[in-house]
Amino acid sequence: MLESALLGKLTLDAIPYHNPIIMGAGTFMGLCVIVILATITFTKRWGWLWKEWLTSVDHKKIGIMYMIVAGIMLLRGFSDAIMMRTQQALAYGHHLGYLPSYHFNEVFTAHGVIMIFFMAMAFIFGLINLIVPLQIGARDVAYPYLNSLSLWLLVVSAGLVNLSLVVGKFAATGWLAYPPLSELAYSPGVGVDYYLWALSISGVGTLIAGLNILVTIIKMRCPGMTLMRMPLFTWSVLCAMILVVISFPILNMTLFMLFMDRFFDTHFFTSTMGGNPMLYINLIWAWGHPEVYILVLPAFGVYSEVISCFCKKTLFGYTAMVWATIAIAVLAFTVWVHHFFTMGAGPNVNSFFGIATMIISIPTGVKIFNWLATMYRGRIEFKTPMMWSIAFLITFTIGGMSGVMMSVPGVDFQVHNSLFLVAHFHNTIIGGVVFGVFAAITYWFPKAFGFRLNEAWGKAAFWFWVVGFYVAFMPLYVLGLMGMTRRMYHYTNVAWHPYLVVACFGAFLVLCGIISQVIQLIVSIKQRHKTRVGNDPWDARTLEWATSSPPPFYNFAETPTAVGRDTFWLDKHSGKKKAAAKYEDIHMPKNTGMGFIIGMFAGVFGFAMIWDIQWLFAVTGVITVLLVLIRTFNFKIDYFVKASEVKAIEAKASGAK
Amino acid sequence: MKKLSLLKAVGIAALTTLLAGCKIVVLQPKGVISADEKQLMIDAVCLMLIVVIPVIILTLLIARRYRASNKKAKYTPDWCHGTLLEIGWWVIPIIIIVILAVMTWRTTHRLDPYRPIATKDKTMTIEAVALRWKWLFIYPQEGIATINYVAFPVNTEVQFLITADAPMNSFQIPALGGQIYAMNGMQTKLHLIATQAGVYHGRSVSFSGQQFAGMKFNAHVTSAADFENWVESVKNGNYPTLDMPSYLSLVKPSGWNKPQFFSDVEPNLFQKIIMSFDQPNKHHVNASFTGVHL
Repeated sequence: MLESALLGKLTLDAIPYHNPIIMGAGTFMGLCVIVILATITFTKRWGWLWKEWLTSVDHKKIGIMYMIVAGIMLLRGFSDAIMMRTQQALAYGHHLGYLPSYHFNEVFTAHGVIMIFFMAMAFIFGLINLIVPLQIGARDVAYPYLNSLSLWLLVVSAGLVNLSLVVGKFAATGWLAYPPLSELAYSPGVGVDYYLWALSISGVGTLIAGLNILVTIIKMRCPGMTLMRMPLFTWSVLCAMILVVISFPILNMTLFMLFMDRFFDTHFFTSTMGGNPMLYINLIWAWGHPEVYILVLPAFGVYSEVISCFCKKTLFGYTAMVWATIAIAVLAFTVWVHHFFTMGAGPNVNSFFGIATMIISIPTGVKIFNWLATMYRGRIEFKTPMMWSIAFLITFTIGGMSGVMMSVPGVDFQVHNSLFLVAHFHNTIIGGVVFGVFAAITYWFPKAFGFRLNEAWGKAAFWFWVVGFYVAFMPLYVLGLMGMTRRMYHYTNVAWHPYLVVACFGAFLVLCGIISQVIQLIVSIKQRHKTRVGNDPWDARTLEWATSSPPPFYNFAETPTAVGRDTFWLDKHSGKKKAAAKYEDIHMPKNTGMGFIIGMFAGVFGFAMIWDIQWLFAVTGVITVLLVLIRTFNFKIDYFVKASEVKAIEAKASGAK
Repeated sequence: MKKLSLLKAVGIAALTTLLAGCKIVVLQPKGVISADEKQLMIDAVCLMLIVVIPVIILTLLIARRYRASNKKAKYTPDWCHGTLLEIGWWVIPIIIIVILAVMTWRTTHRLDPYRPIATKDKTMTIEAVALRWKWLFIYPQEGIATINYVAFPVNTEVQFLITADAPMNSFQIPALGGQIYAMNGMQTKLHLIATQAGVYHGRSVSFSGQQFAGMKFNAHVTSAADFENWVESVKNGNYPTLDMPSYLSLVKPSGWNKPQFFSDVEPNLFQKIIMSFDQPNKHHVNASFTGVHL
């Protein structure tokens, strides 16, 4: 009695100590954490960590922290991927493989959740944070404290998902947790609760971040930076953030209704009492489809920047690119039904959503032609970011084709839920989003850290990734046509086996790619003194390259003025000499620990809700709300950097060069 | 050049070994619907290849020709607009999508799984219930039932009435046609005609829980006479009767079930299963073994 009052549903049995794989992974993760904590303690870095990073509201540092989380989550999500590939390469006919069904089901659920919410989203938001304020000539985002809060809400949610590995279980429902499977009747454990709370907390964080960036782009552009002079990355982010602001409330409320079903015995999505699972499936995709574009639009923006920079050519058809991006963003909300043509909608409805889906391929196609035209008659430098972009053009075209195939309901009826579908969305998300993120990291790394990433290891990673991707996913297209369903921990049709072995080999090639990237990072850090760069290592075009690398915390000593598109390029080639700097006091936000602290309390609140520890969720819930209120009424949040101080920092920076 | 042709040869050899001898079931249809869907897939792909192939070739050619080291290639750093070009690459995809849209509208109506296929031949009805994790088939006209085994005559239109007493599933026999979801308390429909006798794999294709992987069955398509014989053999085969109590034990979770047969079925069992979700307090089915009401 006392025990359940204190700990809710949590008991020692929640720890799967009989499962060597989970315990091994858990121990490894625990060891990593211990090593990191010990290193910080021995090098006496706690104060530095707190002051410089955890409480920082500097958008560049927050961006870097997002990227670190994303990188770690990529490793976690990829371990899940390679477990699935090996299980399916082993578990055919009479062989059972090494994963029992429950564990396999957890693994593919966690893979999807982690890769979308904590890898792709975190990478995209990391990039946005790092680059957008610089590109529009701003000193920070509109709401620096909320920016820090968004980050920490994401971090604790990622923590919850990973905690579920060792304390309790994760959902085994698939990454969108369709009811009624995710309802209490069919999933009585805490797995779905982990899912709900991790995604709810990170969903709130994402919504706040979306609003923040949206307001930043609308309100904080430097003088002269009209909307039609914004770099295309910023344009794509603007469209993506509008999608975030419209779609994430849908996600949060849908998850909240499922939580109500499980916790308060309501019947939104149950099979009885008037509840209807089809409602959930509509709602979750009304968020889920725009989500795809939230990820891929910023990546499109990256390609626009990279291709124009490395082809040494003005981006072709800027206006068309902008309107194509806007068109994609609008159409993103008109196609959600194509995720479930097979749920019994009539042919009129299915045709409508099928045709709407195809229409998206028109602006997307236009973008691809514009990128090609940008390359045409350029001087293409085959640096890693450009190589990722070329791989993207080809890969994404193939992925787009399989997508349009499935937008025809008659075709979709055959291949829906098969490995064909799995191949398709990896084709677009890896070929579109992930390649874009890698291009962006190599491209903007010198800006963020002041030295380059190693090209040789970058190219090795590129070839392993691209070849690995094709070897891993092309067989899945064939398997889909052979009638192999997704999410099977075991199968008896031995004809599928050879393809799955090939796919597994592909996954190991990708692993080599990831290892190359880790080595690349280490080698680059070791050689950093040799590869220091100035403001503009790529001879680029946009404002972020006008300031030093890494930029000072206030970004620009003097507020820049945009004189046109590619304003930095125009400045460089105008032949005019720079006037002597006139420094002014700079208005900056103060660092605050509130984002971090509120994030931590929200995390504990989530944990308490998952395990039904009533006193704890009551206490942490109240504290979280109180802290938000306290912060709201704190008006001492800013300060001025004196002109003399700016002068000193700038002098030191130019002296260092 | 030599290296390239060697690569090509290896590639072709690898492809043929992979593709030979294996069944690409979607591309080898055995039914009216699946044949139509296959044709649709091929038509759609061909239409899209009009754009896709040039894009891929152009990407590679442009990347090669305009590499920085090729100083002979023309370089126009400020060329960033061409009205005619841009009109071209808006219009070409639009034309393709218009054609595809017309195809989509027509085929979506023709291939609507609810729509009876226009056929002069006989039709029959089979009721399919997705359970955790097996398929129950009820033959209302014949008065028999099966688990993970379905049989019907060739060249006969079969109307599947589909529901679930389980998490959401999806019913599909890929050799014969597309899928439709199976959902609690609701009925969906799927019409199929097999044009060739044989044994075809069928399964649930929408993930529904722990032993979902084992939720498969074989569809035995035979001549009309063989089908009659099979029905008789089940009817007279001394198999159990599927009444409410035996249904309640059947509905308990289990996976990888072997085929099972029932010589007799409780009348209107299919409708009763659907209606049970309308009566929360009388929902015998799941309450009886999970202790939680849905």
